Amino acid sequence: MTEVLQRHSLTRRQVAWRIAQEIKEGSYVNLGIGSPELVANYIPEGREIFFHSENGILGMGPAPEPGQEDGNLINAGKKPVTLLPGGSYFNHTDSFAMIRGGHIDICVLGAYQVAQNGDLANWATLDTTKPPGVGGAMDLAVGAKQIFVMMDHCTKGGESKLMRTCTYPQTGYGVVKTIFTDLAVIDVTDQGFVAREIAKGLSLADIQAKTNAPLTLSDNYVILEPPELN
Amino acid sequence: MIDKRVETISDAVAGIADGAVILSSGFGDAGAPIELLEAIAKTNVSNLTIVSNNAGEGDYGLAALMKTGKVSRIICSYPISAGSIVFQGLYNTGKIQLEVVPQGTLSERMRAAGAGIGAFFTPTSANTKLGEGKESRIINDKEYVLEYPLKGDIALILAKQADRLGNVIYDKSARNFSPIMAMAATNTIVQVEEIVALGDMDPELIMTPGIFVDRVFVHTL
Repeated sequence: MTEVLQRHSLTRRQVAWRIAQEIKEGSYVNLGIGSPELVANYIPEGREIFFHSENGILGMGPAPEPGQEDGNLINAGKKPVTLLPGGSYFNHTDSFAMIRGGHIDICVLGAYQVAQNGDLANWATLDTTKPPGVGGAMDLAVGAKQIFVMMDHCTKGGESKLMRTCTYPQTGYGVVKTIFTDLAVIDVTDQGFVAREIAKGLSLADIQAKTNAPLTLSDNYVILEPPELN
Repeated sequence: MIDKRVETISDAVAGIADGAVILSSGFGDAGAPIELLEAIAKTNVSNLTIVSNNAGEGDYGLAALMKTGKVSRIICSYPISAGSIVFQGLYNTGKIQLEVVPQGTLSERMRAAGAGIGAFFTPTSANTKLGEGKESRIINDKEYVLEYPLKGDIALILAKQADRLGNVIYDKSARNFSPIMAMAATNTIVQVEEIVALGDMDPELIMTPGIFVDRVFVHTL
C-alpha cells in the first residue's frame, strides 16, 4: 500500500461500523467468523436486528460477563455468547434450512477474493498441503438473500483482492452483492465493480490502482467518513 | 417394561463392529459426547469412520479416540480448528482419510438417512471443488448437485435429560447435530446428565422422541 492509501484507509472497526449502518431494522443476519463479528458492536441504537448463528441460535447476544460463560452457548467461532430475550435454539437442519432456504436477509463474510461478477473465494487457499475445511461457507454463499463481504482491499503483500476472476477455489458463483473494504464500498453490478462510497482523501484513481478489475464511480457516490472508533 | 438405560459406560458402547460408521454429535465441544468417545477408545474396535462437524480438539474425546489409531476415516465440515492437533498429525502422515462436506449438506444428508429420503439436490457446492464428480442438474435456471444420505451404524449423542424410554432434551446450542444424528443411525447411544421419571418432561418440549434412541447412559458431572 502506498502511503496515501494507508493514511486514508479505514480501520477494521470503521468498516464494521459502515456495514452496521447498512443493516435495516428487522433483519435476520448471519455474521461470519472473525472480523464480521465486529459488526454486531455498531448496530445503531434502537434498531432491532436478529443475529443467527449456524450452530442453532437466533437472537444471539454479545459475549457474557467474565465468569458467566457457558460452554453450551457458543457462536460459530466457538466463543461464548449470550441469548437475548425472544431468542431461540434449534437443531442443525433447522439452522441450515434458515440459511439454505433463503430466510437469512444478510450474511457478512470475510473473503480471500471477490470477482467482478460476484464470485466469492473464501474457503480454501492454493496451499494443498493443508487439509481443507469449509464449515458453513458454501451454504451461506448460496443461501443468504444478500452477501456482504468485509475484507481488506489488498492482501498484506499489496495484491488486490478484487479480481476479474478468482484464482482461489470458489465458494459460490455470482453471489456477492456489496464489498466493504478499508478503501471503499463497492457494489457488484451487471457492469462490474461500482464504487458508491470512497474513503475521504482518496480518488477513484487511487482505488482503481489497487483493484484488479475495472472500477467505475457511481454518479451518486459519497465520501466515506466513519467516526473515529477505538 | 421398556428401559433403555445401561449400567456402565462400557455397556453403553458394547458391540460396536469393526468398520462401523459412527455419527458423533457436537459443534466444537458443545454437545460432544466426550466420555462415550473415550470409552470406545478403550475397546478393541478398528477401522472406524467418524462423522462429526469437527475433528476433535486437544487430546480428549474425539481426539483421544483418533489418537488410538482406531479411526481410519473422518467425514466433517471443518477439521482445521486450531486445537485439532491429533487430527492434523494423522492427516499429515496419511493415517486418516478426510472427506470435507459443507456443513448444511452434512446435516441434510443425515436427515435424509433418518427420514428415508433416497437423495436430494442442493445448490451448495455446485461448480466448486467439493461438487466435483457429483451428478448435477439445472432446476429453474440454477445448478444443483445430487447428494446421498449419510447413515450411521452408531450415533453418539450428548443430552441434558432423558427418561427410561429415551425421550431427550438438550441444553442450549449443544443441541446442534444431535436430533439429526439420533434419527440417522441404526443404534443411537445417548449420554445424559440426568434421568427423569416418565411424565416429568413436558411432552411439548421433548426434542428427540425415544423411538430414535436405543441406549441411555447417565454420566453425572
